[in-house]
Amino acid sequence: MDAKGKAFRYGNNVDTDVIIPARYLNTTDPKELASHCMEDIDANFVKQVKAGDIMVANHNFGCGSSREHAPLAIKAAGISCVIASSFARIFYRNSINIGLAILECEEAVQGIKAGDTVSVDFSSGTIKNESTGESWSAQPFPPFIQKMIKADGLINYLRKEAQA
Amino acid sequence: MSMTMSQKILAAHAKVDAVQPGQLVMADLDLVLGNDITAPVAIKEFAKFGTDRVFDKKKIALVPDHFTPNKDIKAAQQCKMMREFAHEKEIENYFEIGAMGIEHALLPEQGLVDAGDLIIGADSHTCTYGALGAFSTGVGSTDMAAAMATGKAWFKVPAALRFNLSGKLPAWVSGKDLILHIIGMIGVDGALYKSMEFTGEGVSSLTMDDRFTICNMAIEAGAKNGIFGVDEIALEYLAAHCTRKPVIFSADEDAEYEKTYEIDLSTIRPTVSFPHLPDNTRTIDEVGEIRIDQVVIGSCTNGRISDLRVAAQILKGRKVDPRVRTIIFPATQNIYLQAMDEGLLKIFVQAGAVVSTPTCGPCLGGHMGILAEGERAVATTNRNFVGRMGHVGSEVYLASPAVAAASALTGYITNPETIKEN
Repeated sequence: MDAKGKAFRYGNNVDTDVIIPARYLNTTDPKELASHCMEDIDANFVKQVKAGDIMVANHNFGCGSSREHAPLAIKAAGISCVIASSFARIFYRNSINIGLAILECEEAVQGIKAGDTVSVDFSSGTIKNESTGESWSAQPFPPFIQKMIKADGLINYLRKEAQA
Repeated sequence: MSMTMSQKILAAHAKVDAVQPGQLVMADLDLVLGNDITAPVAIKEFAKFGTDRVFDKKKIALVPDHFTPNKDIKAAQQCKMMREFAHEKEIENYFEIGAMGIEHALLPEQGLVDAGDLIIGADSHTCTYGALGAFSTGVGSTDMAAAMATGKAWFKVPAALRFNLSGKLPAWVSGKDLILHIIGMIGVDGALYKSMEFTGEGVSSLTMDDRFTICNMAIEAGAKNGIFGVDEIALEYLAAHCTRKPVIFSADEDAEYEKTYEIDLSTIRPTVSFPHLPDNTRTIDEVGEIRIDQVVIGSCTNGRISDLRVAAQILKGRKVDPRVRTIIFPATQNIYLQAMDEGLLKIFVQAGAVVSTPTCGPCLGGHMGILAEGERAVATTNRNFVGRMGHVGSEVYLASPAVAAASALTGYITNPETIKEN
C-alpha cells in the first residue's frame, strides 16, 4: 500500500482556475500555492486536509490552463493520490512530471464518498475503500512512471537514470 | 498505413515512417515557449538538470505577457527571473515590454511558427498555431524545462476528430461563434486527448484570424491540438511573416477519424458561452435579458486586427452604455500600431472605451479589469470558469468581438445584427 487517507470528493470538470486561482500565480512556492488550493470551490479543504489524504473527482479533472502550479498545490497540500473518472491531458502529464500519483477509475469514483478512508497500491493499481470494504482495480502505471513518481518527478528521474 | 495530418507531423519529427494512435514517440521540437507564469517554474527545474546550455538559443521563445506590465512585486520578481535567464542563456526570442505581445498572437506574427513545425508551449493555448498547419500543443513547466535542455518531448499519438466545413459564415458571425458552437456540441472533454482537424471547402472562406481563434480554443474541448490544412491563405500569411520554407503535410485520403462532424457554416448563429463552462452555449436568440457591467475585447483568442475592426465598425460614432466598463486590448504592438493607423483606437476612445497595452491580465483575473462580487462581463476571451476574471461570485460570458461590442453599447448581451449600420 502506497497511499492511505481520507477522501475529499469533487464533481465533473474541476478546472485549474479553482484548483489554484490565477491571482496566486505570482509565486512558484509550493507551500504558498497549497495554502490557497481549491479555495474557490471548497474553503474548508486547506483547513481539513492532512498529509496522505486522497482527492476523488468525476470526469475531466484539471481542465483548463497548463499551470503546473495546480498539481504542485495539490501535492504540497499533502494529497497522496488523485483518483478521477478521467483527467484533462495537460494536468495528467504535469502530475506525472512532478511526481503526483493519479489514477483513472470510474468505478472507484462511484464507490467513494467524502470522508471515506481510501487506500491505494500503486504497483497493482488496487484502490480500496477501507470504510466500506469495497475494492477496485485501476490500470496500474507502467514501471517507468512508478519510478518517476517515487523519484519525485521527471527531472529527478532523468538525473537518476543518467547517473545509473 | 494511413495517417491524419497531426500524426504525419509527429511521425516526421520522431523520424519514423508511420505512427498510430496511442503510440508513444520521442520527437524533435522546432519551438519551445514559456511565459512569466510558467517559465519561472521551468527555470527552477532546468537548474536541477545540471546543464549550462539550452538546446538551441533560436528555438526558445520567452514572453512576459500574463502579469505584465508587472502588476505587483511578486510578478516583477518572476519577470526578472525570466529576463535574467533569457540574458544568461542568450535566448534570441525574448520579448521585453515594448516588443512583447500576447504570446499566441505574437509568435506567428514574428515568423516563429511555420507550417509543419512541432511546437510545445507551457501555456494551454499553444494549440493556436495549428491554424498555420503546425502540430502545436500546451504542456507544463517541467516538460518545458526538459525540452529547453534536450530539444525533445514525448508524445502519445492522438486519435482524431474531423470537422468538415461547408458553406460560408453569415455577416456578424465569426470563427469565435463557430468554435463556441463546436465546444457546445461536443462538450469540454469532447475531444479529450485527441486532435481536432478542420477540413472541407468551407475552410477557404475562413480568414487567418478566424482560424487562429478556432485552433486557440481547441483546448476548451479538451483537445491535444487543433489543425487546419495549409492553403493559399495560410501560405500568404507565412510568406509575409516567416522566412523559413513551409513544410506542408496533409491527411491521407483514407485517414481514420473517430468521428466526422459535418458543419454548414451558413447555419452558425452568434453564440455565447454562459457561466461557468465554455460548453454551456446558447445562440444569441436564446440569451434573454442579461445585464452586464464590463466588456473585454482582446486576448490570445480575439485580440487580432480583424477583431478590432469588427468592434470598431459597431462602436464607431456611438457611446458605450455608461454603466459598462469597456476594455479593449490589442494583442501585440504591431496590431496596436495598425489599429492606430486605421483610426480604430480613436473610435474606441471616443466611444468611451479604454485601450490597454497588450497583456493577458483580465482574461485570467490577473489585473487590468477584475470583476467584483455579483458582476458580469462579456468577454472575447476563452474561459468562463468560476472566479476566472475576479471574484468567485462574478460571471463571464464568452462571445465574439461583434457580440461584445454590441453589448457594450446597450448594457445587455446583444445581437450585433440588431445594431443598425452607420
